[in-house]
Amino acid sequence: MKNSKILWLLGLVLVLSAFLAACGGGDDTDTGTENTETEGTEGAEGNGGEPDSVQELNLIEGAEIPSMDSSIAEDAVAFNILNNVNEGLFRLNQENIAEPALADGEPEISEDGLTYTFKLRDANWSDGTPVTANDFVYAWQRAIDPDTGSPYGPYMMAGTIKNAKEVSEGEMEVSELGIKAEDDKTLVVELERPTPYFMSLMAFGTFYPLNEEFVTEQGDNYASNSETILYNGPFTLTNWDGTGLTWTMEKNPEYWDAETVQLETVNVDVVKETSTAVNLYQSGEKDRVGLSGEFAMQYAEDPEVVRELEPTLFYLKFNQERNGEETPLANENIRKAIATGFNKQDLVDVVLANGSLPANYLVPTEFAFNEAGEDFRDINGDMLPFNAEEAKTYWEKGLEEIGETEVTLELLGGDSELAGKMDAYLKEQLETNLEGLTVNLKAVPFGVRLELDEAQDYDIQNSGWGPDYQDPMTFIDLFVTGASHNLMSYSNEEFDNLVEQAKGELAQDAEGRWEAMAQAEKILIEEDAAIAPIYQRGIMSLQKPYVNNIVKHPFGGDYSYKWAYISGKE
Amino acid sequence: MARYIGKRLIYMFITLALIATFTFFLMKILPGSPIASADKLSPEQRAVVEARYGLDQPLPVQYFDYMFGLLKGDLGISINQFKGANVTDVILSRMGPSAQIGFQGMLLGTVLGILFGMVAALRQNTWVDYGSTIVAIIGISIPSFVFASMLQYWLGLKWDLFPVALWKDGFMSSVLPSIALAMFPLATAARFIRTEMIEVLGSDYITLAKAKGASGSEIAFKHAFRNALIPLITVLGPMAVSILTGSLVVEQIFAIPGIGEQFVKSIMVNDFSIIMGTTIFFSVFLIVVILIVDILYGVIDPRIRLSGGKS
Repeated sequence: MKNSKILWLLGLVLVLSAFLAACGGGDDTDTGTENTETEGTEGAEGNGGEPDSVQELNLIEGAEIPSMDSSIAEDAVAFNILNNVNEGLFRLNQENIAEPALADGEPEISEDGLTYTFKLRDANWSDGTPVTANDFVYAWQRAIDPDTGSPYGPYMMAGTIKNAKEVSEGEMEVSELGIKAEDDKTLVVELERPTPYFMSLMAFGTFYPLNEEFVTEQGDNYASNSETILYNGPFTLTNWDGTGLTWTMEKNPEYWDAETVQLETVNVDVVKETSTAVNLYQSGEKDRVGLSGEFAMQYAEDPEVVRELEPTLFYLKFNQERNGEETPLANENIRKAIATGFNKQDLVDVVLANGSLPANYLVPTEFAFNEAGEDFRDINGDMLPFNAEEAKTYWEKGLEEIGETEVTLELLGGDSELAGKMDAYLKEQLETNLEGLTVNLKAVPFGVRLELDEAQDYDIQNSGWGPDYQDPMTFIDLFVTGASHNLMSYSNEEFDNLVEQAKGELAQDAEGRWEAMAQAEKILIEEDAAIAPIYQRGIMSLQKPYVNNIVKHPFGGDYSYKWAYISGKE
Repeated sequence: MARYIGKRLIYMFITLALIATFTFFLMKILPGSPIASADKLSPEQRAVVEARYGLDQPLPVQYFDYMFGLLKGDLGISINQFKGANVTDVILSRMGPSAQIGFQGMLLGTVLGILFGMVAALRQNTWVDYGSTIVAIIGISIPSFVFASMLQYWLGLKWDLFPVALWKDGFMSSVLPSIALAMFPLATAARFIRTEMIEVLGSDYITLAKAKGASGSEIAFKHAFRNALIPLITVLGPMAVSILTGSLVVEQIFAIPGIGEQFVKSIMVNDFSIIMGTTIFFSVFLIVVILIVDILYGVIDPRIRLSGGKS
């Protein structure tokens, strides 16, 4: 009897292996790779030809969706999907300028710049009910209501929308928030202060409308999977179970601008391993894949590579006062010596090698534009670039002023592999170029770095910032005296005044305001060297030549697929 | 027997309570906040969000709240990994794929491993023996991420026999990850069975069986194999737990929605409730398997008495 059991198992193994072998032969995937070679002439930007009959895009995402509730969302994945399945009053267009979306044309703005009256266009939710002004009122009130526990509601609205701060702190009723529905198609928004970038703010997920009846009916189930959400954007989300690694976006027939949308389906799978993602791309199952680390280096010269800049800036924070005592970094020449004492180009080319740009500025390039479409970056250009000679001069002068010959500084940084490599490079550069400097590296997890930052317990910190709204101010006002990000005791009255002017009396004078912010940036970076910019992050992806017009945004959702189409795959 | 199991069950609850307590406090020592955009919020805003998840309560209150919830089978709500999702649902939805590839991998690995081990023992010091030893050494020494990547590259991408990755084609999607997972149990089983069989085959009662005229296969299966199984079961139990509860590496490489990679992510993002829930789930699993292994000893080897010396 024992024998028969063993034989049975043996048989099972044989059957199993035979089955495995048999399955192998017939499993042909219909997406061959041969067509990519014939279409490669136009480079990675798409070939711009006639759209194919099959409009299907296959994408990879690097992480799951933590929440699809627009009041609760706070991560890049969710905001990216929200930008494609929902829509607010405005949307960033293909040139990254905010243009009316659900708003029917530009709003009427009062003389003092504090009251905006929006007319809404005729648009529907995915269940066919119309989008009304009350949907906005409800969504904004929900996002600011302390009971909702929204991280971005108070963050985006306080100081901008009238009474938002008071409501978020429970001192006022939600009904006192500065948003009213005059009728179904008229929305009146009151602001705390004139906000020149208000339109682009309206493209952000937190300000999207919500259908009150639907959301309250779903209760706790709202947005727990793709069936319990209403959509009003170019696509609808389907196939998402709330925790899974896969979802689909399908063209939304109810979308007001559906005729612009060419893609029928966008299939998304979460793949966390870059090597796997690249294999899926090579096998033709995926049309676009982000490259990181060694893969970025390996594919740098590939004709299918797409390079994109992100508006995220990394810089060294110089702490001027630690534990109540002045650090050597309180000396301007010491700061300038460090700011000019490391080769950023080599860092970007050799250490990072991911398409990042060396940064000699605070406000990223390709991020904020004026009405004529000119980049803010054009005003100040590069400031305090790498110069070993000058660095040495500053350094000697600085040492003399503080009366030391040797200085030891701690460099606080992240614990990722990349951060480690970068900080080691900075240490090597600075110690070589500045004689008498010793840099001690301290690598900690992100949460710990925040705690040390808050306690102002570091000398130099390798830090980064991405924008919260599409305006230079989102970077500049980080460093006014006493600001919550300025945990380094930097204070310059002239800088503070310029920021205040830009936010106050110049708020409605686009040109003067732009000038004031540029002036402030110059003081911060060039005159004071309060921080030392390192690089602006870039990303590299592989993209099939038949993919056209995926639009990258510097703010809100990272990408729009509204204008994307497939051409030449067949 | 029943008394023995009853006693073991009581111990299990004590063990679980201790594990839950340790995990809870260890987790609270972890630096960082479970709130994802903590750096962007003002202290007041952060307080509001923390209050929402009861994180503003004093530690003992949080602890007892959690333990009472646990008694009722309530594992809580995810804080940031899947905001607001029920932890039990998260674990259940992620358990399936892990269990499937784990089970297939275990089955394939142990069955092949036992076969290799037996053949090697019966044909000691022949090329069959050497071959199976080499397979075992390779299986143990090649890290699973290398092996999984190779499977993916050759069988998936180059030869197009199986899906490269993703959990979309039913059984076909599970083949490569299962093979990747099978390597370790295969190697372990082969090694153990070979060693034990060789030892058993040299013992007196085998000689007796031979003298009685028992056939070769009867000796191998009926007498030698059963005795060689005991040490194997000791290592296979815990190994089964670790494989069935998901492998971060294999799941990540094949982009499978499994519990292993989900658990690691929850630690990275400090999602207290998911870390706790998953740890407790794994612990229950491990404890139950250990109990089953202990009971199995008695079934396989009557010399092992479970209820002490009273019989």
